[in-house]
Amino acid sequence: MKYSIFSLARAALSGHKNWQRTWRDATPKDRYDVVIIGGGGHGLATAWFLASEYGIRNVAVLEKGWIGSGNAGRNTTIIRSNYGLPGNTGFYELSMKLWERMEQDLNYNAMVSQRGVINLYHSDAQRDAYARRGNTMRINGIDAELLDLAAVKKMMPFLNFDNARFPVQGGLLQRRGGTARHDAVVWGYAHAASGLGVDIIQNCEVTGFVRDTNGKVTGVETSRGRIGAGKVGMAVAGSSSRVADMAGLRLPIESHVLQAFVSEAIKPLIPGVMTFGAGHFYVSQSDKGGLVFGGDIDGYNSYAQRGNMPVMEDVCEGGMALMPMIGRVRLLRQWGGIMDMSMDGSPIIDKTPVDGLYLNAGWCYGGFKATPGSGFVFAHLLARDTPHEEAARFRLDRFRTGAMIDEKGQGAQPNLH
Amino acid sequence: MRITCPFCGERELGEFTYLGDAKPVRPAADAGEDVVYDYVYLRDNIAGVMSENWYHGGGCRAWLKVTRNTLTHEISAVEAAAGAGARQASK
Ligand SMILES: Cc1cc2nc3c(=O)[nH]c(=O)nc-3n(C[C@H](O)[C@H](O)[C@H](O)COP(=O)(O)OP(=O)(O)OC[C@H]3O[C@@H](n4cnc5c(N)ncnc54)[C@H](O)[C@@H]3O)c2cc1C
Ligand SMILES: [Zn+2]
Repeated sequence: MKYSIFSLARAALSGHKNWQRTWRDATPKDRYDVVIIGGGGHGLATAWFLASEYGIRNVAVLEKGWIGSGNAGRNTTIIRSNYGLPGNTGFYELSMKLWERMEQDLNYNAMVSQRGVINLYHSDAQRDAYARRGNTMRINGIDAELLDLAAVKKMMPFLNFDNARFPVQGGLLQRRGGTARHDAVVWGYAHAASGLGVDIIQNCEVTGFVRDTNGKVTGVETSRGRIGAGKVGMAVAGSSSRVADMAGLRLPIESHVLQAFVSEAIKPLIPGVMTFGAGHFYVSQSDKGGLVFGGDIDGYNSYAQRGNMPVMEDVCEGGMALMPMIGRVRLLRQWGGIMDMSMDGSPIIDKTPVDGLYLNAGWCYGGFKATPGSGFVFAHLLARDTPHEEAARFRLDRFRTGAMIDEKGQGAQPNLH
Repeated sequence: MRITCPFCGERELGEFTYLGDAKPVRPAADAGEDVVYDYVYLRDNIAGVMSENWYHGGGCRAWLKVTRNTLTHEISAVEAAAGAGARQASK
């Protein structure tokens, strides 16, 4: 179906009882040209770009639960392209440009909201680092503005500017950054991909790989039977190590839990997305009024999809340091998601040493903003067998060759990202 | 999650720091590139029962070996990690 002002009005005026299903819930065929494992944002975006951009439509997306049940539906919805290292800068901007035309491309309202992302700085050294990052962005044609204290005060007068330990000095602002409605992103890609013939198969867990005598992957074993495939792409976020293990691969990845928090709804307070540069705290306000925020990962391997108290306390302390008045606001909900933390904090999009198996992994806790870009470049790799130029550095062997992309400059310890 | 330190008793998680999988053993200096790459970067990333190193910085400052299920957070055993502290504990 196609949405238009008339179809929306018709559905609304008939008491919202006549909305049509937006994608087909398909049953598996015997064989596809490309099988994508993982029905999160990345898997679905990959399928959409395979069909729309590369003309490969005999594609299935296999999801063990329901689409969007992983990190696609658990994140804090921040999108931005304020990266400073070669490899990242161009890629995240490619993704940003795709966010900007997503709703037209997909014919779906993903509530992409470019309300701005500001990273606060609290010391001269941090200002210099942000200035440098901002300059890198501007050289690459990406918007960035370095704000001084007066400009931040004007924009967010409610911050605690008298904090003796971490005085706010200014911030790096990307006005084109913002948020998007995460579930709608998943549904939008499913809607559009399904419309082009892609099979979206839920409740279908991949339990093994089918390989020929040369070791090439020729299909997958699933909870709904064997499915043949010309190529298989993995986009399983926090489960990358477990799925790769079925093909005998060990990855430079650890799975860690990251929590997210939502407060009760309050009146409009926070204009865009704000990050606390002195600690680790980031916050935005949803359209319903709740403060949506998060901070560090819990810091130990976990597949439990729930976190623990010390990080909750730490995140809330970060929030209180910036905005003491939120101490009166009640926490409404909290949850955790499992991310694959790569050893340098950057993603991996590459062929694997196993013929026919392609990897999209290691998004750490920053992969939501990458959703359209990731789908685009992964589809390119699957269709053409060569990396897209904006993802050419996201190699699996970069840890061996030393070509790491260490955006945070904190070394090869995943629990530091 | 609470960890029962063999020296200090049951304490809250915030007192401890995690250092990851206890299984990998630092290779010899002349072990070669492949072995070092494997040790530094590759992980089993176990979904299930895992043996891990934790440091009790907020307590006795001993290194501990913790057996924990990464799917449930359940801890089934805690012992002193090998070294001086461990010898002390087994007396
Ligand atoms: C709390 C939290 C906050 C975050 N905040 C942000 C943010 O503000 N901005 C940002 O850019 N990023 C953020 N992220 C990171 C971002 O959510 C992820 O990097 C990104 O969503 C990962 O890609 P995905 O959407 O495809 O993954 P997922 O949605 O996790 O998709 C993977 C899918 O694979 C499925 N799967 C796994 N194993 C199998 C199998 N064997 N067979 C079939 N299917 C399988 C899973 O069920 C899952 O649905 C956050 C993450 C968390 C947890
Ligand atoms: Zn102790």
